[in-house]
Amino acid sequence: MTADAAQVLRARRPRARSRAARVRVALLGVLGVLAVAAAWELYKALGPDDGVVVAGTRVLPRTTDLAMPHTWEMVARLLEPTTSQAGAAPLWLTVAQAALVSLAIAGVGWVVGTLVGVGLGLLMQVWRVAEHGLLPWIVLSQTVPLIAFAPVVRSWGARIEIAGWQWPPWLSVAVIASYLAFFPVAIGTLKGLQSPQHTHLELMHSYGASRWQTLRSVRLPAAVPYLLPALRLGAASAVIGTVVAEVSTGYLDGIGRQLVAFAGQASGDPAKAWAPIFGAIALGLVAAGLVGLAGVALRTYRRGEAS
Amino acid sequence: MSETINGDGVAVAANGVGKTFDTRSGEVQALTGVDLRVAAGEFVSLIGPSGCGKSTLMRLLADLDSPSEGTIEVFGKTPAQARRDQDYGIAFQQAGLLPWRTVAANIGLPLELHGTDRAARAARVAELAELVGLSDFADRYPDQLSGGMQQRVAIARSLAEQPRLLLMDEPFGALDEMTRERMQAELSRIVGESGAAVVFVTHSIPEAVFLSDRVVVMSPRPGRITGVVDIGIGRDVPRDESLRETTAFFAKVTEVREALHGTPVTASGREGR
Repeated sequence: MTADAAQVLRARRPRARSRAARVRVALLGVLGVLAVAAAWELYKALGPDDGVVVAGTRVLPRTTDLAMPHTWEMVARLLEPTTSQAGAAPLWLTVAQAALVSLAIAGVGWVVGTLVGVGLGLLMQVWRVAEHGLLPWIVLSQTVPLIAFAPVVRSWGARIEIAGWQWPPWLSVAVIASYLAFFPVAIGTLKGLQSPQHTHLELMHSYGASRWQTLRSVRLPAAVPYLLPALRLGAASAVIGTVVAEVSTGYLDGIGRQLVAFAGQASGDPAKAWAPIFGAIALGLVAAGLVGLAGVALRTYRRGEAS
Repeated sequence: MSETINGDGVAVAANGVGKTFDTRSGEVQALTGVDLRVAAGEFVSLIGPSGCGKSTLMRLLADLDSPSEGTIEVFGKTPAQARRDQDYGIAFQQAGLLPWRTVAANIGLPLELHGTDRAARAARVAELAELVGLSDFADRYPDQLSGGMQQRVAIARSLAEQPRLLLMDEPFGALDEMTRERMQAELSRIVGESGAAVVFVTHSIPEAVFLSDRVVVMSPRPGRITGVVDIGIGRDVPRDESLRETTAFFAKVTEVREALHGTPVTASGREGR
């Protein structure tokens, strides 16, 4: 089989990033952050104090320390105590704690959203009528402003009490997060389940395979490459949903509330307002990263299509 | 036309089969008045230009489509029943391997679906991998294989349940000429060992002559059978490179070509419709 061996050598190897490539990606990421910081400082140094105003509209922000603190001040502020009270925790810790609370809520929202999304995707694939009947509503659901129905969810939740168990406020936040998270998952699942090659489906038909067997052996594995980005998008949506829902339901422990509270203190402590913004960014990155791990676990299903 | 070439019974019997497709631009007659018999163990190629309905005919045999008129029997059953009974194995132009499954898991897919237990499955898969010369590649994934090797996996998979009939729709169509000739020789050997009847769709004349007991020539608009050429190279003659250079082989290639182009040829093997 020497001819075969030669062919195998020529054939495409599975995608595996070399160490060098991974280091380069990391470096590029750091470089990107530095570039943003440099652009910020450059504009702050060169831009006019009052910003750029065109026809009465300010198109570029003021460059005062109040509006645009130095990047190093923002970083330094993270290490200082949160408040001037004695024994106050450093700002980064306060932010990290709030971010963790939000991450946990977003996680619950993501799980619920994923279950609902995959369920809807399956329903729409298995039952054509459901696709025609449900899909427009699913799309429409995302046009409802979150801020409009967040208080409604909260007030409904507050009235739920089952055998002494009281609906906790964080659950309302999670439900709202799941409302955003389910959408990309539902669409991704449907697309993925519909993605198998015609040949694969005909093959299953020729085997007399049941719907369930076709689903398990062909449709679900084929859906993985569609599902993973959808799950990642869902994670990002869950984070956004959590932050917005925290603000609009008045939930106090998460990063959303902290964003508002610290922004209110910006006139006296401009750098502090940026801390929860960094926290929210880190939150989003961690959430997307965790889902990325799922992609590593499922890498067999992401192999390039055999011709 | 002989009913029994290699022994017992009829694998495929099509009587007056027609197929019309409804398209946006009206009805298209893909097949009309097709009568075809394939004996058990016989290798029959369907050859013709694009649009002659050769693939459609194969799809009807496989119950991937149903005829608009006429009847089809596969081992005396309806195609649907034959499909449910797994009387045939099938291979397409695209290998159609599941990219997330290894070679072994791809070959074993039909066995897995039909509840063959793990040990028996492993044994049969090993046997098939051996048969198509891929034992060393059982743990590879399809994207690590060349096109020819992928196609061999597909053939092994189609043989998994020892079908008495193989339906093959241009399985070598996407391969280069060198690989293609080697695959033809291997297929001939494999089919010889399995004793299955084969309906083989192709648009290559030498391929059809090399492999077949009979070549069914088809013509488009509407798709129909216009001739049948008996190849008459016995099964005992080894299908190897030397066969391709014999005068008998060339004569048959010429005969099939003439049948394809509609030039009158000697009446040998011609089948009136």
